[in-house]
Amino acid sequence: MDYSEKVIQHFREPHNVGVLEEANAFGKVGSPACGDKTEMYLKIEDGIIKEAKFMTFGCAAAIASSSVATDLLKGMTIEEAKALKNEQVIKELGGLPEAKIHCSVMVEEAVRAALEDYEARQK
Amino acid sequence: MKEVYLDYAATAPIDLDVKQAVDEANEKYFGNASSLHTIGQRAKGQMEQARETIARYINAAEANEVYFTSGGTESDNWAIKGIALAQMEKGKHIITSAIEHHAVLHACEFMEKMGFEVTYLPVARDGSVRIADLKAAIREDTILITIMAANNEIGTIQPIKEIGEIARKRGILFHTDAVQALGSMPLDVQAMQIDLMSISAHKVYGPKGVGAMYIKKGTEIENLMHGGAHELRRRAGTNNVPGIVGFGKAVELLKQNEAVYVAHYTQMRDYLRDRIENELDEVILNGHQEKRLPNNLNVSFAYVEGEALLLSLDMEGICVSTGSACSSGSLKPSHVIEALGLDENYLHGTVRFTVGRQTTKEDIDYTVDRLKSVIARLRSMSPLYKDSKNS
Repeated sequence: MDYSEKVIQHFREPHNVGVLEEANAFGKVGSPACGDKTEMYLKIEDGIIKEAKFMTFGCAAAIASSSVATDLLKGMTIEEAKALKNEQVIKELGGLPEAKIHCSVMVEEAVRAALEDYEARQK
Repeated sequence: MKEVYLDYAATAPIDLDVKQAVDEANEKYFGNASSLHTIGQRAKGQMEQARETIARYINAAEANEVYFTSGGTESDNWAIKGIALAQMEKGKHIITSAIEHHAVLHACEFMEKMGFEVTYLPVARDGSVRIADLKAAIREDTILITIMAANNEIGTIQPIKEIGEIARKRGILFHTDAVQALGSMPLDVQAMQIDLMSISAHKVYGPKGVGAMYIKKGTEIENLMHGGAHELRRRAGTNNVPGIVGFGKAVELLKQNEAVYVAHYTQMRDYLRDRIENELDEVILNGHQEKRLPNNLNVSFAYVEGEALLLSLDMEGICVSTGSACSSGSLKPSHVIEALGLDENYLHGTVRFTVGRQTTKEDIDYTVDRLKSVIARLRSMSPLYKDSKNS
């Protein structure tokens, strides 16, 4: 697979892996049958993402995308996080092979699902 | 870093004796085997010797039943398209299995586009074609049955002797793709009642780019290649004499040492299998557990994805292959793995280990040690693994 150095780095030593017990926003996308699944855990305080963690079942691109996305999310406002697009994740990774773009889309969707969960909890 | 090659089914390194034979042929037998002069005939002599060796090894009645090609893919294509075109007056129905190599499946799909009908037999959980399914699929207009001798991904050996018997009785031609089987199990075209058989050199430590097809004498088949009288007017193109000589040498080595090779493959494969089974949880061994190629171990690891596994092992210097999902750019597991009906947690975590002549016990120990940490690491990130522990 034609991966960038950055993808390999994040796959080898992903950042922010694990379950965030004190998360107040949780999103999950994918299924075992599909071949990939991501869970996104966020801790949001005063409209700012203080902490972000993930669990991912999937290929190197899926794991690296999750790692980079959680890095990006930390410190973002909710509005900024809502605007996070997979293109940004790809850029941060130094590119992804065409066949792997969907992995970054999955991560974007997991972030959105977490933010929707957060908003639902506020009601 | 240590490098461990466990992908011998993809291709094997050339045997040094074979390499020497190829080098010598490149120097001494450079002539065009179709040329009438001495230098051409010298090359032809070497080629015919290789044909003889291969014919004897597969127990062909005559050396002239072996036709040299560019490899397994060409042989498979030739068998299917050539037979379909030559026999279409008799019928337009072909029977194959769902787990054939793509060289067979895609050639069959192409014939469907050309107006033929193809039945793709399903397989049992262990990858075996069921004889009852085959019998039920045979029709008046069936002209060809093409079932592989052994599967390249999961190693399952098909009941080709029984299939050959049924086909012969019903007057249907039987082709078998024996590319993976060659050198790992006995192949006797007469006893197995095979009409056409594809084989390839590079899987048996021969050179790449050369293969052969056995075609039983009297079989009507159209040519794929037109443009010359080579190979008894059946396969045009200047003969790859050095490659053919190398193929002959590789088969000669099989003849001499096959039992030793197979014993070594079996020992290494079984040792790998035992260590994986004893030291790793939640794994499934795919394919038939007895009727299987001696060098093949196909394992599904629950809760992890095959490409991530392959890449992690590669980072440790271990080369394997995966029948999994994302590696091919699609989210589907390979057609072979899909046909087995695995549980979804195992579906995408499939790795094929194939051992070879150079594999050592140290290689296996190193592999299993790294494999354990790689699996543990990937599972520690996997939400599927977490959920399985919580439920």
